[in-house]
Amino acid sequence: MITLQQLTIQQGTFTLRDVSLAVPSGSYGVLMGRTGTGKTTILEAIAGLRPQHTGRVLLNGVDVTRVRPSERNVGYVPQDGALFSTMTVYEHLAFALVIRREPVAKIAKRVHELADLLDLAPLLQRQPFGLSGGERQRVALGRALAFRPGILLLDEPLSAVDEAMRGDMYALLRRVQQDGGVTTLHITHNPAEAQALGNVMFELRDGRVVVEGKTS
Amino acid sequence: MTAGNQRCETVKGHPPPDWPFLLGLALLSSVYLLLIVAMLLADLSFTTPGHLLAALRSPEIQFSIRLSLISCTLTTLLSLWIAVPIGYLLARFNFPGKKLVDAILDIPIVLPPLVIGLSLLILFQTPVGKAIERFIPFTYAIGGVVLAQFSVACAFAVRTMLVTFGQIDPRGEQVALTLGCNRAAAFWRVALPEARRGILTAGTLAWARALGEFGPILVFAGATRMRTEVLPTTVFLELSVGNIEAAVAVSLLMIGTALLVLTLARTFGLRQSLERVL
Repeated sequence: MITLQQLTIQQGTFTLRDVSLAVPSGSYGVLMGRTGTGKTTILEAIAGLRPQHTGRVLLNGVDVTRVRPSERNVGYVPQDGALFSTMTVYEHLAFALVIRREPVAKIAKRVHELADLLDLAPLLQRQPFGLSGGERQRVALGRALAFRPGILLLDEPLSAVDEAMRGDMYALLRRVQQDGGVTTLHITHNPAEAQALGNVMFELRDGRVVVEGKTS
Repeated sequence: MTAGNQRCETVKGHPPPDWPFLLGLALLSSVYLLLIVAMLLADLSFTTPGHLLAALRSPEIQFSIRLSLISCTLTTLLSLWIAVPIGYLLARFNFPGKKLVDAILDIPIVLPPLVIGLSLLILFQTPVGKAIERFIPFTYAIGGVVLAQFSVACAFAVRTMLVTFGQIDPRGEQVALTLGCNRAAAFWRVALPEARRGILTAGTLAWARALGEFGPILVFAGATRMRTEVLPTTVFLELSVGNIEAAVAVSLLMIGTALLVLTLARTFGLRQSLERVL
């Protein structure tokens, strides 16, 4: 469960005040809002990358407001992926496990599991340069899922994906979320995307989060 | 048609031709290029293979070549060791007095080289400086050659690293933090590998800068043959005794070495970028 309680975040001259929202465990939450309203800032605050002035962030009931990003157990997929330009796709998928000093065999098994799930097997030895928008997003998604996080944060993950590939990506995101039971918060400004994926909807309007509703 | 979407009038007749602009660019660029090439040709015409060989056989010049190569390499390593963390710190963190730090780091670039040498000389006359010299001799010693080169060369490496890290998107490191890295691991595993071409450029710049350094070395380390003599010192010493042939021969040696290092660095950098493209 992702819970934000009266969060105030200041970023330069831009301030978000009293932001509260709750995404129930295992749900797929979608946060909508126009560009520049602070959606990414909220996601970064949940991941621990943005210091907040007041308020609390709770992940699965635990207050992580002062916890470092590395200890929050959050998978974060930033907009356009932010892939590591010097690493291969394999190294991306292995990254979080190498940091956790997992045995090599266990890492290899997990990387191939993710490569199958995300259809990345033919690309494992490639570097990010030259990958398509959809491929980059799948690599970023695999990198975030490798350590089986309890929370998944997706920042406009489909903005660089071709229209023709969107249907496949919807199915993939649904499968990832349902198979792993990971609580997801996905931000987008595309209503069709929100309808296709979300079962809890929020909208960021005038600096406040409004619950838009739930779908089954 | 409303005032809001009125079209601009088309240019009457033909717009003036482009060739005067392009010709101007070519002429102005070629003036500087010609000056550089003319200087090199003049040096070449002034020397013979015999002069070059005689210079290479001289034990003093052999010593100065060795000291130049060793001191420049040491200076480059020291400069990178300092420039990489400073560049990263300034590119990634905001702290009080950051602008002041930034300005101080430019001082060695704008200060006359002789003044840097004099300042080093005075620094090592202070009680702190004298205490340091009890362990490592700097004034009129080989250590002084490296320190004088480092004082200037490092500033150029710092500038290069600051630009390099400034151009690397910090989000890669942020993602690494969420994947379990602490800041140090994010730096070593993500930022530093992405900065490798910038590091190579900074190193090349520091090396070339150190090779040409003369003023601070003359003042701080002296110009003693077989002791603190580097290649620019040799040029100066040979000129001062009227041995222009040897001075030109050593100058050409320096030009050749600098060109070789720059070419190697560029070829290496280019190959890496080609590997990325392919």
